[in-house]
Amino acid sequence: MAKRTGIEVSIAIAEAARQANVDVVSAYPITPQTHIVEHLAQLVADGDLDAEYITVESEHTAMSACVGASAAGARVFTSTSSQGLALMNEIVYLASSLRTPVIMALANRALSGPISIWNDHSDVMNERDTGWICIFANNGQEAYDLTLMAFRIGEDRRVMLPVMVNFDGFILTHVIEPIHIFEDQEIADFIPPYEPLCVLDTDNPITVGPVGVPDVYTEAKKQQEMAIRESRPVIEEVFEEFARRYGRRYRPVETYRADDAEIVLLAQGSVIEAAEVAVDHLRDQGKKVGTVELRLWRPFPFDDLREVLCSTSIKQVVVLDRCISFGGPPGPVLSEVRSALYLEKDKPMVVGVVAGLGGRDISLEEYVEMFEIGEECLRTGKDPGEEPELVKIVGLRE
Amino acid sequence: MKLKERPTWKELPFACCIPEPGNSVYYKTGDWKTLKPVVDKTKCIKCGTCWIFCPEYAYEEDEYGYYESNYEYCKGCGICYRECPAQCITMEEEVVE
Repeated sequence: MAKRTGIEVSIAIAEAARQANVDVVSAYPITPQTHIVEHLAQLVADGDLDAEYITVESEHTAMSACVGASAAGARVFTSTSSQGLALMNEIVYLASSLRTPVIMALANRALSGPISIWNDHSDVMNERDTGWICIFANNGQEAYDLTLMAFRIGEDRRVMLPVMVNFDGFILTHVIEPIHIFEDQEIADFIPPYEPLCVLDTDNPITVGPVGVPDVYTEAKKQQEMAIRESRPVIEEVFEEFARRYGRRYRPVETYRADDAEIVLLAQGSVIEAAEVAVDHLRDQGKKVGTVELRLWRPFPFDDLREVLCSTSIKQVVVLDRCISFGGPPGPVLSEVRSALYLEKDKPMVVGVVAGLGGRDISLEEYVEMFEIGEECLRTGKDPGEEPELVKIVGLRE
Repeated sequence: MKLKERPTWKELPFACCIPEPGNSVYYKTGDWKTLKPVVDKTKCIKCGTCWIFCPEYAYEEDEYGYYESNYEYCKGCGICYRECPAQCITMEEEVVE
């Protein structure tokens, strides 16, 4: 049986990789991911994990080593943050297009500059279109559970895609939480040995990663697009099996007190749990509010989101972005949510706010302010900003 | 297995990998060139420098030990012309008849 243990979330994530019995780990230490890879290096050095730990001089090489190892048939794990992911970027595209199911634990951190080691989502949003399956955890238990499930999802023969598990840097990585850690045998039953589909083998040579001439490239991209779309049912199957085995149910779109809500705050990551406190506070005052969490970011859960937001009591959505698309919509989550609802007839209004950049805490009062923005929007029928496109940052010193 | 000439996205091998080793021979790159190397066998010393340097492995040794470029694959880069110690290679304009 799983034991509830007080454990640092980073260590729990590294333990998930050990329990998945990874063959290769390649990573470069970067704050706030460091404890994850330190712990894995220690496990390998002590002989507690029979894996190859490939030390490298940069994240670009770390991801290259991961893709190569995966193409050779290994179960591969890596972890990074912020600038590290940005440096990996070129090879991040290769992991998905070569269909190498590398599992990445991404401790979300702001991108420079100014240099920030603290949490927001600008690192992951930069990788939105890399073709990785992308899932958000909002607490330590979820980060541990989703890291385990990532192996099952990515390595499924019907999927064969890399998976990025997102959890907020420091806010989650560096805290000690009570987490149910499974017995190794329970995980061995849940995550069977990896059976690669297409392997580099000198006895049966193939070419992985060739040139795609203009006559082939389009078809290759369509194949990749269909692969990530078709991962949706597999993700749900894995969520379902996890719930059956261990009793914790995950959904692509999660809600809190949204059933009869008029205004919901939609966000990703650890802010959701803080926003739930604000919801309880406002509910006590009789306000019909709730939260919606976009747990699955890629593939985008269109149907689940529409089911939650359309033809329901929800009249107003306030989307909280933890990153700015400069000169743009202004947040990536806002623009995607709006676009997903565009063709729906009975849909709520959607307004966006940006907050929690570069590690700035969001206070209870600020969550309340976000709901008030939603209220004003609902009352006036229009975006309360001077211009709808202008970035509305909550918690900004004007 | 030779791939279909123009596979659909469903027919394309998984992740665009190439399951047949050495199938680049089907892809004839010879029509890229504008200049072709011509070997003067009266000057050739059969050293094989052209064969070693050719990035396309286009040079082939004939039964008398001379080297000649296979124009179906030679891209006309001129490295053989540059490296030949006997200076027996000239680059001549490719003329399509």
